[in-house]
Amino acid sequence: MLTYTVRRLVLAIPTLLFIGLVIFLLLDLAPGDPTAQLPLTIPPEVREQIRQSLGLDEPLPVRFGKWMVQFCWVEPQVMIDSLFGSHLAEGQQRVLSWQTRSPVMDIVWQRMPQTLWVVGTAYLVAIVIALPIGIYSAYRQYSIFDNVGTFISMIGFSVPPFFSGVLVIVIFAVNLGWLPSIYDTTHAVNDWDSFVVQLRQMVMPVMVLALQITAQLSRFMRASMLDNLNQDYVRTARAKGLSERVVVLVHVLRNSMIPVVTVIALGIPQIFGGAIITEQVFKVNGIGQLLISAIQANDIPMVQTLTFIFAILIVLFNLIADVLYGILDPRIRYD
Amino acid sequence: MTEDRRTTAEPDLTAEVLDAVLTSGPVPLTPPRSQLSEVWSQFIHHKGAVAGGVVFLLIVFAVFLGPQIWTLDATYIDIRARNQGPSLAHPFGTDQLGRDMLSRMMIGGQTSVLVGIVAMSLGLVLGTLIGVLAGFYRRLDGLLMRLTDLFLALPLLPLLLVMVMLFRDRLSAAFGPETGIFILMVTAIGITSWMPTARIVRGDVLALKEREFVLAARSIGTSNLMLIARHILPNVVSPIVVSATLGIANAIITESALSFLGLGFPPDFPTWGRLLFDAVDYMQQNPERVIMPGLAISLTVLSVNYLGDGLRDALDPRIRGR
Repeated sequence: MLTYTVRRLVLAIPTLLFIGLVIFLLLDLAPGDPTAQLPLTIPPEVREQIRQSLGLDEPLPVRFGKWMVQFCWVEPQVMIDSLFGSHLAEGQQRVLSWQTRSPVMDIVWQRMPQTLWVVGTAYLVAIVIALPIGIYSAYRQYSIFDNVGTFISMIGFSVPPFFSGVLVIVIFAVNLGWLPSIYDTTHAVNDWDSFVVQLRQMVMPVMVLALQITAQLSRFMRASMLDNLNQDYVRTARAKGLSERVVVLVHVLRNSMIPVVTVIALGIPQIFGGAIITEQVFKVNGIGQLLISAIQANDIPMVQTLTFIFAILIVLFNLIADVLYGILDPRIRYD
Repeated sequence: MTEDRRTTAEPDLTAEVLDAVLTSGPVPLTPPRSQLSEVWSQFIHHKGAVAGGVVFLLIVFAVFLGPQIWTLDATYIDIRARNQGPSLAHPFGTDQLGRDMLSRMMIGGQTSVLVGIVAMSLGLVLGTLIGVLAGFYRRLDGLLMRLTDLFLALPLLPLLLVMVMLFRDRLSAAFGPETGIFILMVTAIGITSWMPTARIVRGDVLALKEREFVLAARSIGTSNLMLIARHILPNVVSPIVVSATLGIANAIITESALSFLGLGFPPDFPTWGRLLFDAVDYMQQNPERVIMPGLAISLTVLSVNYLGDGLRDALDPRIRGR
């Protein structure tokens, strides 16, 4: 198992380098010019100096190499510095945003809590709702509950967040006036009342996101339970007189959870990646919103770095899901 | 499917043997049923699938034939009749420039459905090609599957946004704003959605390759190309059809999402996502303008998803007949 994990980790490095290169080359084709927004009165030679100061005059491989070094070598040092108060990264060049001229990673760390709060809560809520629904639908297959559950998850699949989000705003914020339509990220929670305010503004984005995730997870849980319910070991468990409750909730559930746990692990990058559309609808200034605004402002270092972080997370959690599968299911051996 | 057809009568049977055969065992009274009618009878018993299919066809007809009946121009600006609610003259109301919403919905639907179908076809062709090549030629397998994994590890929505940002101006200049964006959308969605199809097709081809009929075909000297076209492809049609329906749904949602984020078609060129995006600013005055395009997208995707669900059940011989 350990050798497998190490081998996968080593294999992940060239994969990530390649993805980084693809992202870099794709963005390098961008027609936008970072000096295009500046006033026309600036003479061309000054403009050229500005481009040089942004490092745009160097050849492509050098720029790619510098970006990689800054991201993979300097940024971890900065992180260690801020954790332990050391001075490893002092004086070293970091990845700078063209928009704000501040380090990209600082902005990412500022935006992270909002995304984690909203999307993370939605993920937890979805898991808590989806698992019981999936278990009961499978146990009573083709019952009314199952059919209604299937229909609701179909709706969850089919209604895009930019519609369900706007719809709940129309219903709960415009017509009923119960909830605020905009998520206020400057709101600080320090007592019960402010906690209630925070809760109220989180209800709608969490609801919209959770509907989607619940739909997928409950279908998965149901399919996995159905696979296991007809197995021989279930008959054995019933035959030796175990109560139905123990059979379903201990024997079947534990085996059905194996694929579901890996699916949950595969979904975690989305939490960090932020729900781009939902954040846009509810004006949550998280990671997804940061990416959109960077794309619109032609802020290439920011877009590159964010996309690359998403890619790292996806590759990492794919690996975690595979390893988890091997640990949880003794029938699967990788070596 | 062609391989399953059996010869019904052996030519060298004598009348005696034939007689004995006919009188001995139980004789099937009904003629053998074709694969297609089996699939059809399973499909029409799936209520959700039939409803989904009917609704999807209705939407397609309404969107493409509707403008023949409702002939108001979708781009005609009548500024005095702006922001009207539903009335007899404008059943769906008018937008902020007084354009008729019903005709805009139909025109927008044409684009949305067309993007869905074309992008799906592109993704399907790519996915099938890569899946068949990877499954059939062992030398290509490792390389192509690594490529698939790589594409699956890419963060797709951000990349789509980046692609639109990069190539929008260039393609608009080359093909005109509408065609240019259409080509860009379809290509971008197509080349980021082929991976699931490729994986499923590869798995099926790997299993099919070891079957006897492939060996038989090879033994009479069938070339690889003919083998794929005549024996492999017809047998992987069912997973392809299922991923086609899911692909349409996915493409429609992606296109609307891009339009909603303001990175889709130009503002005067309506699609359902764009109409929804434009209506958000007038949410308090005319909430129905938000709901109509959203409902259209959701209904189309829902019907296509149910259709795919039913097709999957109908085309899977292990489930059929239950």
